[in-house]
Amino acid sequence: MKRMGNNWKIIPPFHPEFDLARCDYENRCSICVTECSFGEISLKPVRDASGTVRYRPWANKTACNACQRCAKMCPTGAIHIAAHPMHSSHGYWTPSHVANIWRQAASEGGMLLVGMGATGPQKRYFDHMMFDACQVTNPSIDPLREPMEIRRYLGRKADRYGGEVGPQLKLEVPIMFGAMSFGAVNIRVQEAEARATRAAGTFWNTGEGGFHKNLRTYGANTIVQVASGRFGVTEDYLKSAAAVEIKIGQGAKPGIGGHLPGEKVSEAISETRMIPVGSDALSPAPHHDIYSIEDLRQLIYAIKEAMEYRVPVSVKISAVNNVAPIVSGIARAGADIIAIDGFRGGSGATPLQIRQNTGIPIELAISAADRRLTEEGIRNTVSLVASGGIQNSSDVLKLICLGADAVYVGTPVLVALGCGMCQRCFTGKCAYGITTNRPGLAERVDVDDATEALTNLLHAWGHEIKELMGSMGISAIEALRGNRDRLRGVGLHAEELAILGIQHAGA
Amino acid sequence: MCGIVGIINTDGTLIDGSFIREAIRIQRDRGNGLGGGFAVYGVYPGNRDKYAFHIMYEGGRYSPAITAVENYLMSKTNIYQSEQIPVYPNDRVPRGPYFKRYFLKPIEEFLAPEQSEEDYIVEIVMTINKMGGAYVVSSGKNMGVFKGVGYPEDIADYFRIEQYKGYMWTAHNRFPTNTPGWWGGAHPFTILDKAVVHNGEITSYGTNVRWLEMYGYYCMLKTDTEVVSYIYDKLTRKDGLASKDACFVMAPSLWEEIDRTGDKKRQYLRQIYGPAIINGPFGIVLTHSDGAIVLNDRNKLRPVVCAKAGATWYASSEECSIRLLSPQVDEIWSPRGGEPVIVDIPRSVKEGRPDEAHG
Repeated sequence: MKRMGNNWKIIPPFHPEFDLARCDYENRCSICVTECSFGEISLKPVRDASGTVRYRPWANKTACNACQRCAKMCPTGAIHIAAHPMHSSHGYWTPSHVANIWRQAASEGGMLLVGMGATGPQKRYFDHMMFDACQVTNPSIDPLREPMEIRRYLGRKADRYGGEVGPQLKLEVPIMFGAMSFGAVNIRVQEAEARATRAAGTFWNTGEGGFHKNLRTYGANTIVQVASGRFGVTEDYLKSAAAVEIKIGQGAKPGIGGHLPGEKVSEAISETRMIPVGSDALSPAPHHDIYSIEDLRQLIYAIKEAMEYRVPVSVKISAVNNVAPIVSGIARAGADIIAIDGFRGGSGATPLQIRQNTGIPIELAISAADRRLTEEGIRNTVSLVASGGIQNSSDVLKLICLGADAVYVGTPVLVALGCGMCQRCFTGKCAYGITTNRPGLAERVDVDDATEALTNLLHAWGHEIKELMGSMGISAIEALRGNRDRLRGVGLHAEELAILGIQHAGA
Repeated sequence: MCGIVGIINTDGTLIDGSFIREAIRIQRDRGNGLGGGFAVYGVYPGNRDKYAFHIMYEGGRYSPAITAVENYLMSKTNIYQSEQIPVYPNDRVPRGPYFKRYFLKPIEEFLAPEQSEEDYIVEIVMTINKMGGAYVVSSGKNMGVFKGVGYPEDIADYFRIEQYKGYMWTAHNRFPTNTPGWWGGAHPFTILDKAVVHNGEITSYGTNVRWLEMYGYYCMLKTDTEVVSYIYDKLTRKDGLASKDACFVMAPSLWEEIDRTGDKKRQYLRQIYGPAIINGPFGIVLTHSDGAIVLNDRNKLRPVVCAKAGATWYASSEECSIRLLSPQVDEIWSPRGGEPVIVDIPRSVKEGRPDEAHG
């Protein structure tokens, strides 16, 4: 590849700055250098007044992504991350647009790849919906004094007494950990997810990368995925889990497949995914045995037969315009649970243009899906799980008010483990050891600490949900599912309100 | 805040409306003059085999809705008798909408295959309520509802309810807080022979309404209470649940307790009927031809007192109403939150042979 000149050089938008008065370099501290997995910091020899050579930390200004790892680990608090001045002052051609074109112009015409969910300016509907609360005529309920129930059961329900109820997942908190595969994250992260969900009485999802043999003792809290690559899918794999999820799509990259680069396919990943060490793991865009809803039905029932109808089967799709009829079709095809992932959903590696421009917000998608299933009188036949861009417990509850039975969260799991949102997940260099399997980095995740962090997160959100419910005068969360009357829009126009099925505040 | 009273003579003794009028009158503080109403059972013995429709027409006796509704009714039912419900305007309630009652039966040939007569009637009620300008106030056999905007004793005088006799009466004194005070919005709310008087606010309304719509029940009366009568009707009549199970669905035990007792049936009921749970504070008296149910929300956020004196049962927001009618009672108690009081009326009473109730 021809080396391009400095015209195309991208000056990283961040770099660490060192306060040498605080820095312990005189005692040969070099923690920041070893902590930075991106190679941004090196040691530069400097001769001091007495003539002694000292090694000072030095920002290379080549690779900083502001993950904050160095600043957090510095024992003397000598580092802060500086944002680089704008290298374009044009209001329309913002620095990222300019840099992206430079990058492509200098890269043999490659696609731009990114990690994490969409960053675009699209409206966050969550922020335009407020909860209704009780005053005077209707006493609010204090969750510290009165019982407040947030348990959910996911799975097919009868529509009347006497009808059959399918196998159910019991969630003590209406939050599950969404699919993040072994490969995208490492085994330590998955173990922490498994232990935390067991402690909190909920579920985590293996993603499409197989189910590592060391974690199978947590099967009762595990949902395994069958995705287009079919990695690691065996009878044992299916039978080791509490539910099976067919992954059709993902919010961050609707309509396209996945790619785990060969460099990341280590011995353990090779064994779990059942592919050779060092080979690329490619997930095709569609399942090559699912070209229609009839085909999906066959796969659903193939899995149900294999599982002897003992566990629910879920189907995960990305939120797209046509989500309502698609969901209706999937429900009629026999799914027990349907997971809908909005365009803000996270990803370890996604083409930038897809991430930023494809799909629809989960708030609109879940409302449309819930309404369609209700209108068709089949809402009870399936549970809806919403995900994609959930940032806090209010978002969870708002999605429930819009029709979700429960939610998946992924990005909050990573953040709870320390992620600084540098968006370089696809590089395998995660400085927090989360989205990497590299020896020396992966060990940065302490499984005990990570388990505690995730358990704490579930408890904290559970408490907040109870508090919010109490303010609304609700003591059982099933009374909130689809209860759009408890939401009011602020700053939404009539069509948005109609799709969400809510009234404007003050109306 | 609202006031409710129920009087249930399980031996079928008929009493006129003056008793219930007095019982609800002394709870005047619990209302604000924006709604009062009464339900009475055993009121039309001569037409006990026909559905008695009380229909309220907005826009007076020349409302175009009347023709529309009557044409529709004639196309679906045989109307045996129809008449204006007599009203007596007074200083306190000078005017109101136009009320008519119809005694009718479905035209049997028109029932869809497998459709029950009751389903057919429910469909008619829902259709009329959606037409606009006309609202079915009650639609059961041998029962009727009289309600409007005013204090309940004034509404009683407006309809002269002392001229009607029944073995079971309920009354409501309204203090509307979340929905407008209008004639259709006064309690009781009914479907077929089921009538609900309710003190409270239903925070689960949005969930309940969507669930009901799946089964052909449409809430058009702008008041949350409506859902209680429809939920109960769906659970007992369509799904065949016993009263106590229907009450469990509306105000279930905690999961913790269901787990502890290992009660599979209750777990099942709560799983499949999650969207039929009623949240928010409530005290209700729900009456039907075969009896009555008194139910509180799980947290007991509204008062209800029950009492028994001989064959008569009472339920009331306040004890004073009961003591006024019956200073001496055999038993008086305040039911716990979520624990229903279920009163059964012998079939003989419903069928007009009250004497057999004693034997």
